Amino acid sequence: MSMTQHAEPAVTTPPAPGRKDTDGRTAQRPLALRLLARPEIGVFLGAAAVYVFFLIAAPPVRDGSSMATVLYQASTLGIMTLPVALLMIGGEFDLSSGVAVLTSALTASMTTYQLTLNVWMGVVVALIVSLAVGFFNGWMVVRTGLPSFLVTLGTFLILQGANLAVTKLVTTNVATDDISNMDGFDQAKKIFASSFDIGGVQVKITVFYWLAFAALATWVLLRTKYGNWIFAVGGNKDSARAVGVPVTFTKISLFMLVGLGAWFVGMHQLFTFNTVQSGEGVGQELIYIAGAVIGGCLLTGGYGSAIGPVFGAFMFGMVNQGIVFAGWNPDWFKAFLGVMLLGAVLINLWVRQSATRR
Amino acid sequence: MDRSSHPRSRRFAPAVALAAAAALTLAGCSSGSGGKKAEESADGASAGKANTPRMTVALVTHQAAGDTFWDIVRKGAEAAAAKDNIKLIYSNDPNAGNQANLVQNAIDQKVDGIAITLAKPDAMKDVVSKAKAANIPVVGLNSGVSDWQKLGLMEFFGQDETVAGEALGKRLNEDGAKSAVCVIQEQGNIGLTQRCDGVKKTFSGKLQTLFVNGTDMPSVKSTITAKLTQDKSIDHVVTLGAPFAMTAVQSVSEAGSKAKIATFDLNKELTGAISAGTIEFAVDQQPYLQGYLAVDSLWLYKNNGNYSGGGEQPVLTGPAFVDKSNVETIAKFAAKGTR
Repeated sequence: MSMTQHAEPAVTTPPAPGRKDTDGRTAQRPLALRLLARPEIGVFLGAAAVYVFFLIAAPPVRDGSSMATVLYQASTLGIMTLPVALLMIGGEFDLSSGVAVLTSALTASMTTYQLTLNVWMGVVVALIVSLAVGFFNGWMVVRTGLPSFLVTLGTFLILQGANLAVTKLVTTNVATDDISNMDGFDQAKKIFASSFDIGGVQVKITVFYWLAFAALATWVLLRTKYGNWIFAVGGNKDSARAVGVPVTFTKISLFMLVGLGAWFVGMHQLFTFNTVQSGEGVGQELIYIAGAVIGGCLLTGGYGSAIGPVFGAFMFGMVNQGIVFAGWNPDWFKAFLGVMLLGAVLINLWVRQSATRR
Repeated sequence: MDRSSHPRSRRFAPAVALAAAAALTLAGCSSGSGGKKAEESADGASAGKANTPRMTVALVTHQAAGDTFWDIVRKGAEAAAAKDNIKLIYSNDPNAGNQANLVQNAIDQKVDGIAITLAKPDAMKDVVSKAKAANIPVVGLNSGVSDWQKLGLMEFFGQDETVAGEALGKRLNEDGAKSAVCVIQEQGNIGLTQRCDGVKKTFSGKLQTLFVNGTDMPSVKSTITAKLTQDKSIDHVVTLGAPFAMTAVQSVSEAGSKAKIATFDLNKELTGAISAGTIEFAVDQQPYLQGYLAVDSLWLYKNNGNYSGGGEQPVLTGPAFVDKSNVETIAKFAAKGTR
């Protein structure tokens, strides 16, 4: 618990009235206020509001399989939103995360197809490439001291161009070849892109991964030394270094974690769709970042949680699919989406302010 | 070994070991099916080479990066250029202003001919008149069938998107469709909107439109699934690009829907799906032909003074239907990525 209080203004909260008998510094604030001060509570309320709204406005949402569709959409965003949020808590940004997903999928697909290998070899090569991209980002940021915004904007453009040019060079097309009849494909598909029957509803495996990763990330953030380091380097890098936090290691590993997420989602896309179009992924990075910010992570770093971005991704998936379930005029689609997200962020902001003002 | 090289060799040893291990495992882990080995040698169409003097042609499109459709247009243009002894300069930008700049760039290079797409005709007006002032012939292709004459282009090669949509709508009627959804993968794209509008014109059932985020396939998939769940009466899904049709197949099965799928445009995966019967038919505008004819026409003009379409009528490359009855003959060309 102590971790989230790094940037929590609660430290400056004056003692609550009626508790004058105790020392102000150790006073227990009311449970409701303590809950409100948590980074994820605003987005939780926002997500709940959006969910209830669509439950009323769009009858098909009440169906179990519709919820599975919403959760699937949320999970493919959410698995990337998690490492992006951790990185943001660590005080850095990654604009290359959207196209990095495609880079991974393209690498696996082309390695497998062109060399006629077992699919798993492509998966491993893609993992190495994805981690290397993350390492490069982190290493550049740490070594040059440049803002990660600039460094990863560079990587974003490099990857975007390379995705296209290399795919074209290798396959002579802009999409990869179908690998669904190759050895190991069915096995890999089971792991990355299968679904489970739960009470007659087909739930995608990514939903379970998403929740499991979120639980793991929460545990790491709140209960491990590494979690401490993330908050420390995001709060104040120099004082973190002064008290012995390995800043370089923490930052580079966070970027590599984003690479790991990109690999995972990339593999899911490859084994769901069999082929990959090299121009996809552009613009997704902003959705990941939005999910983390809506999820209560500060753009300035040092504050946030892993569970908040889960609700952030859920809210995005809910709004995205809810508009379709409601059967609204699609001309307004993006506008609806914007209004809903802005509304959710405002609820988030209001909750945080009212929690810290008292 | 001197001192300075020691840490270096220590650092590289694991890397070398890793590479060696990777090479070994690669050798032992090849796939017994599919892959490059199974692919037949695929050479593009070639028809000898003209002995006319070398000329330079610029092809400037509004292609967005990584689109399979435009790749086929470009291949057609490259084939014509190779045959006609032409140096082809290909450039593209989906932003109309940037596309106009690329045309200006071609004028500055004093090319012998320019082929452009008119996705946003007004933005191209100025550069087209500049090209004419510089005595560079300009032809249009793909989009802009209603504007090419107004802008003073010499010839036009393409499909009337509305006509193509109308053809698809009629076909839906023949197939007994009652309720269809038209999936648009890029909001605000005129050509895509015209296709859906064309379908609406002739289709006697109910037609809805659905916008999806074309750069995120999982999102495309769940959005179509959501639509099919919301409206169970939908019996046909119409997509506007081959990759989206392939994704719609999964959406239909996930939504437990019985909807059939029809699409615009073709690629090699799609021909397989048509012969397997998972996709009903595709309306093909023959992108290869568009690229090929546009470049070839500039060569004909320079060397023989010809005007395709007499300079009055567009040369239509579509709509051509690809369905189970003719997919076999087309599939072998689609496999090369040229059809």
